Amino acid sequence: MTNADTTIEKSGNPEAAAVPPPGSAHVPAKKVPQGHKRLLTARDRFALGLMAGLPTILHIALVWVTALASILLAFTTWDGIGFDAIQWVGLENFKELFTNNPQFWPAVEHNVVWFVVLILIPTPLGLFLAVQLDKKIRFSRVYQTAFFLPVVLSMAVIGFVWQLVYNPDTGLINSLIGANEPGKYIDWIGDPDLNLWAVLIAASWRHTGYMMILYLAGLKGVDPSLREASALDGANEWQTFKNVIFPTLRPTNTVVLVVTIIEALRAFDLVFVFNGGAEGTELLSILVTSNIIGESSRIGYGSAIAVVLLAISLVVIIPYLISTFRKERQA
Amino acid sequence: MSTVSALGKQRTSVRPARILLHVFLAGAALAWLAPLLWAIYAALRPYSETSEKGYVSWPDTLTFENFTNAFTQSDMTHYFVNTLIVSVPAVLLTLFLSSMVAFYVSRFDFRINLALLLVFTAGNLLPQQVIITPLYRLYLLIDLPGITMSGKLYDSALGLILIHVAFQSGFCAFVLSNYMRSLPHELTEAALVDGASVWRMYWQIVLPLCRPAMAALATLLSIWIYNDFFWALVLISTGENMPITSALNNLSGQFFTDNNLVAAGALLTAIPTLIVYFLLQRQFVGGLTLGANKG
Repeated sequence: MTNADTTIEKSGNPEAAAVPPPGSAHVPAKKVPQGHKRLLTARDRFALGLMAGLPTILHIALVWVTALASILLAFTTWDGIGFDAIQWVGLENFKELFTNNPQFWPAVEHNVVWFVVLILIPTPLGLFLAVQLDKKIRFSRVYQTAFFLPVVLSMAVIGFVWQLVYNPDTGLINSLIGANEPGKYIDWIGDPDLNLWAVLIAASWRHTGYMMILYLAGLKGVDPSLREASALDGANEWQTFKNVIFPTLRPTNTVVLVVTIIEALRAFDLVFVFNGGAEGTELLSILVTSNIIGESSRIGYGSAIAVVLLAISLVVIIPYLISTFRKERQA
Repeated sequence: MSTVSALGKQRTSVRPARILLHVFLAGAALAWLAPLLWAIYAALRPYSETSEKGYVSWPDTLTFENFTNAFTQSDMTHYFVNTLIVSVPAVLLTLFLSSMVAFYVSRFDFRINLALLLVFTAGNLLPQQVIITPLYRLYLLIDLPGITMSGKLYDSALGLILIHVAFQSGFCAFVLSNYMRSLPHELTEAALVDGASVWRMYWQIVLPLCRPAMAALATLLSIWIYNDFFWALVLISTGENMPITSALNNLSGQFFTDNNLVAAGALLTAIPTLIVYFLLQRQFVGGLTLGANKG
């Protein structure tokens, strides 16, 4: 989230311009000097270049060059052995993916379901808990910690913990409902009609705490006088929330929406530990990864799935960043 | 149930509602912790007992034996050390590199600043699987004989450190640049006029002022990098070289019949993050909301 009171250094700052710049002799005076940039010596410029350059090279090389390479490889076939084996096949991979892969459309659907569930259940629940915990009650920290604890755990650990709950013969649920005997098993992990929902409960368990913290931070920023005014006007708690508090949470809601979409696209660890992304729990991330750590090494094909994932991600990331940075510029 | 109000007379009417709220929250919190408590309970009971009486039963004995067994049988110290070797340098390097980028974009107004910040921030929002296939190939291509055990970037701690730094610095650069912008710019301006080098401005003026943000990010990064499962799963092939979280996946295969032992092992891996969280709760939560754009 952007800092509301960020100040961007304006070019042609009057204070800087009033001071005779000691380093100005080194700088060609062609352009109108901007801010205190003209105070920089050649050595400073070099140092600055290195300071920003090295991290940028690392980031671009490992993140953006590889993302670009994914796009290029998506139009080829390659078994990963020797560069001469790379063959340009145009849209072949995508064609096969869209028409001939029994796992692809289920995976897309599950990613969508993942998002819909996270936005419909843990998000409102997190908001509800945040509103309750924002009432300055005693033990608020204790409750907060309880709800937030899953966020601190790794997805892999969460997967193991929930397996103990879902296990057909030894798990908590089946033991409690008496379905832990042969013939009566409810296979929460193996049944393709159930396993997605089972794993989504575990994902929601974690997501609720995350949402609660984001909303608690958002609620802290709500002007207390708004509440007082609303109470004086005789609004009840629900009216105050609906008409006064919730509208002021708009920036938080945007962040929550973006975070949730990205979480849904990134979903991987939990499912991988849970059942390896078997029938019923396929996800795009799982399909990409199985092309690397599985037996088949179909790099072009795997990259085509990654490109689908990239395209969906960018549809979310780009508008979000544009609006975020525009706000920042205006600040 | 009225919210906090300036009107004193409402306080008496609030009481029963408050008690109800406490009952609800306490119940909900307990239900929330149930899966974890269940895992602890399972881990505390001997396998022989649960296989005979079932997991939902009163305990005859409660013992830490599963924890000690999981710890010794699976050589957990080794995997903890692996994690340490990756996460400590990764956290420090991420903070160091991203603070330099943040300094560059927030204290000077170069034309490239906005684009640079966009590249970093957007990169951090990408799902990891978008870049993994070429990254995996790249890591296999890069030969580092004598530098890493595997002789390549693949299957090495160095490889993991680099991708953590590259990926996480996007998030940290974004948060730190916002933070640095909120610092009064007279500070650096005066130093510049006095002839201080940019490095001194960064190291002696700006960085010390960023301590709160750095602490929050350090907490957050430690937990994220410690918890990483995916990078290690794909970029490390030798079981020996795995950090603790992905090693756990292998371990569970070894004693898959013994749920009690798996539970104990999983809980053991979670202990360091829980310690960090309980000690630095404020920093952790502060960090999350400081840069809530994180996926």
